[in-house]
Amino acid sequence: MNGIIEERKQSIVLKKAGMENSGITCDKDSVSGSVSQRACVYCGARVVLNPITDAFHIVHGPIGCASYTWDIRGSLTSGDDIFRTSFSTDLRERDVIFGGEKKLEAAIEEVVLKYQPRLIFVYATCIVGVIGDDVEAVCKSISEKYAMHVIPVKSPGFSGNKATGYKMACNAIMHLLKSYRNQPVQKGINILGDFNLAGEMWIIKSYMKEMGIPVISTFTGDSSYEKLIKAPSAQLNVVQCAGSSMYLANLMYEEFGIPYIKVSFFGVEDTTESLLKIADTLKDENARKKAEEFCAEQSERVEAIIAKYRKNLEGKRAAVFVGGGFKAISLIHQFTALGMKTVVVGTQTGKKDEYEVIEKIADKGTVILDDANPAELEHYMVEMKADILVGGVKERPLAYKLGIAFCDHNHERKHPLAGFDGVLNFVEEINSSINHPVWDFIKSEVSSYE
Amino acid sequence: MLDFTTNEIKERSALRVNPAKTCQPVGAMYAALGVHKCLPHSHGSQGCCAFHRMFLTRHFKDPAMASSSSFTEGASVFGGGSNLKVASKNIFDIYKPDIIAVHTTCLSETIGDDLNALITDIEIPEGKYMVHCNTPSYNGSHITGFSNMISGFINYLSVKTDKKSDKVCVFPGFVNPGDMREYKRLLTKLKVPFTMLPDTSGVMDSPMTGKFEMYPKGGTKIDDIKQLGECKNSIALGKFASEPSGEVLKRKCGVEPINLPLPMGVDATDKFIMTLQELSKEEVPSDIEEERGQLVDIMIDIHPYTYGKKVAIYGDPDTVLGIAAFALELGMIPKYMITGTPGGAFERLGKELLNRYAMEDCVVKVESDLFELHQWMKNDPVDLMIGGTHGKAVARAEGIPLVRMGFPIIDRYIHSYQPLVGYRGAIRMAELITNAIMDYQDSHCDEKDLEMVM
Repeated sequence: MNGIIEERKQSIVLKKAGMENSGITCDKDSVSGSVSQRACVYCGARVVLNPITDAFHIVHGPIGCASYTWDIRGSLTSGDDIFRTSFSTDLRERDVIFGGEKKLEAAIEEVVLKYQPRLIFVYATCIVGVIGDDVEAVCKSISEKYAMHVIPVKSPGFSGNKATGYKMACNAIMHLLKSYRNQPVQKGINILGDFNLAGEMWIIKSYMKEMGIPVISTFTGDSSYEKLIKAPSAQLNVVQCAGSSMYLANLMYEEFGIPYIKVSFFGVEDTTESLLKIADTLKDENARKKAEEFCAEQSERVEAIIAKYRKNLEGKRAAVFVGGGFKAISLIHQFTALGMKTVVVGTQTGKKDEYEVIEKIADKGTVILDDANPAELEHYMVEMKADILVGGVKERPLAYKLGIAFCDHNHERKHPLAGFDGVLNFVEEINSSINHPVWDFIKSEVSSYE
Repeated sequence: MLDFTTNEIKERSALRVNPAKTCQPVGAMYAALGVHKCLPHSHGSQGCCAFHRMFLTRHFKDPAMASSSSFTEGASVFGGGSNLKVASKNIFDIYKPDIIAVHTTCLSETIGDDLNALITDIEIPEGKYMVHCNTPSYNGSHITGFSNMISGFINYLSVKTDKKSDKVCVFPGFVNPGDMREYKRLLTKLKVPFTMLPDTSGVMDSPMTGKFEMYPKGGTKIDDIKQLGECKNSIALGKFASEPSGEVLKRKCGVEPINLPLPMGVDATDKFIMTLQELSKEEVPSDIEEERGQLVDIMIDIHPYTYGKKVAIYGDPDTVLGIAAFALELGMIPKYMITGTPGGAFERLGKELLNRYAMEDCVVKVESDLFELHQWMKNDPVDLMIGGTHGKAVARAEGIPLVRMGFPIIDRYIHSYQPLVGYRGAIRMAELITNAIMDYQDSHCDEKDLEMVM
């Protein structure tokens, strides 16, 4: 293809017959000058921590970082909603010259005195380190002064990519949890890597209830300070979005000895497998039995409804461009189950082992891309004749301009896509977008049908 | 549920809560998208570029293409010179723009990258251009960045000359493509030859053709920017977003600026039309006069519903002043006018407007935020709010309608295709405002008071 930056060629592979382990290049910094879809460390950290509903998120930096992340993530809450308010130090030129520590201190105190919070996260953005502010020291002194948790999040944008930000967020969470390490183990699990977008955490929790497995804590969808600090007492960590939370699962294993498993609640196949895996790992036969019954019943219900859509969707071609590799894998499974072909697969931050799985399960001829830019996505969606793209906010208008249907599987999803009900929503959305009458009008000149 | 604001007003010295502004670079990116075959380039961390593209896409529902220097730890220590060099090569090779418009970020400004020197060192392909502007995020706001980018184009490209043409340079202000189309229609109707810089119509409201165009048809042509020095005048619409660019063009090329407020409402549009009329010496066409007459006719029809209604207006300074001017013409009371953008002129101009209508007990405040506005509203309520999407939680908490105007509007569609400027824009504003007031009455009045004819 024309228009691929030389250094990017190792990040694109074409699945050939029987090919595996082609060694796609991933997890690298974006190339300068690339119209990358990737965000920064701050963005990654904010995404992970933002859904903690009673936390105060104070962004230390110029106003932009706070305003771009103000209440946009679609995480729902059953309790507090202070996380939907934007707090920032709005650094100005004089702060940059003379340092912003005093302003940060004053800003945190203004929050503390007005709201008496239990938990504050302070995000250090790009210039904070450069101007020499010691955010850690400020947080420490205020934590001590008011006997509460003010936790620094080291997230200068340039210090890596979004995945680095996930780690920084996990470190911040560990900073909190370490103070509560010595708790007796109790029956139950933590759910990691679900952000309760459109209420998905509530769906997963309802399944656990069905199986009789208590959920101790959730990271971080619909979580709160009180619930978070109980996490060290759980038997098992269940990791849904591996990209953002595997690092936390590892840390919790090292620190508290909590084992973890990777799961996915996208699609009938993966949801069923995940529920059984949780029961098996806990060696809970009762839960397994309930899960088997529940999944069988749900699968039957869902399959019956899906069957009606299948004739509309069979043979259609899907392109997938999502954040993490594990989600991409689930989506390939889902499309296969619908009789659709996945012809382009890309992720922003997929890991090597995930790309290996993708290569293994993808059809022959599928294009696999890491950190694709719009030009590449456009090229391959057109070349591979995709009927629909599954992606995030930046991909939506691109797909539409190409006359390709679209489903948001990111923070702008319109309804839950996890679990069995999520499958129905997903299929309905895919169907309504692919089979919408508007696509028939796409022509550049005015003419009527004969 | 989102109502945790109390009426108790505590002085804040350091904390910004729910801002009514964002940072300079996104404004610069929007301005650069209004130049034909231009790729905006963000000189900083890749997150800035991703956030800005997302922010613009959420408002315009169209792709916003831009590239980034993708700073790493190394760049933040040793400077971003080599990043820019690599970026320039990649961009011209792969994306093939005619021009790259670089804007800085808080990071590249703080580490002290000298863009003039860096760009001088870069080999630009024949017939291609690279321009820049400084947009430190810790100064001004997105409005400042928008105006700085326009000045950047002029500084690099416009040439001083003795040759004079009939053309007028129009600085449109931080407005939607729908507004830009309306300007162009009015300029054409009044037979004023013009170059508008920037012009995002045909870029951020580009039509569906079934093809993705990296560089859609719209945008100011580079040659036209070069020839701005030949213009007999410039018209700078909006004190904050446009006047600085008018000054730059005057300094560089001696083109005399005519400064006007955004043509919103009757009086400001009259001023705009009269200015065009003076420039072209043509008569105001009858259909424009007809539009004005329709607008006033409409204002008479709706005056029982708009008179005395209290409104809180927030957002970008030029837009807030424009909406407030029209609200006053509708007999409304602009109880609160706030902007997050710094600049004392906002309060002065706002108070001038209020004085003209002998309005008392209204508040005009610069560098304010939506939290502060909400606290005032708790103490002294209003009937409706006008501004961008971010006021929706406040409007809901207070149980009053929100009329969406300005930037950003990320929870509604189509708005960016339609004008707020000119007589037609005012007709649209009048419709939006009255519909909001009347819908509210219909859904909130007692059943016995529900009226079929209104």
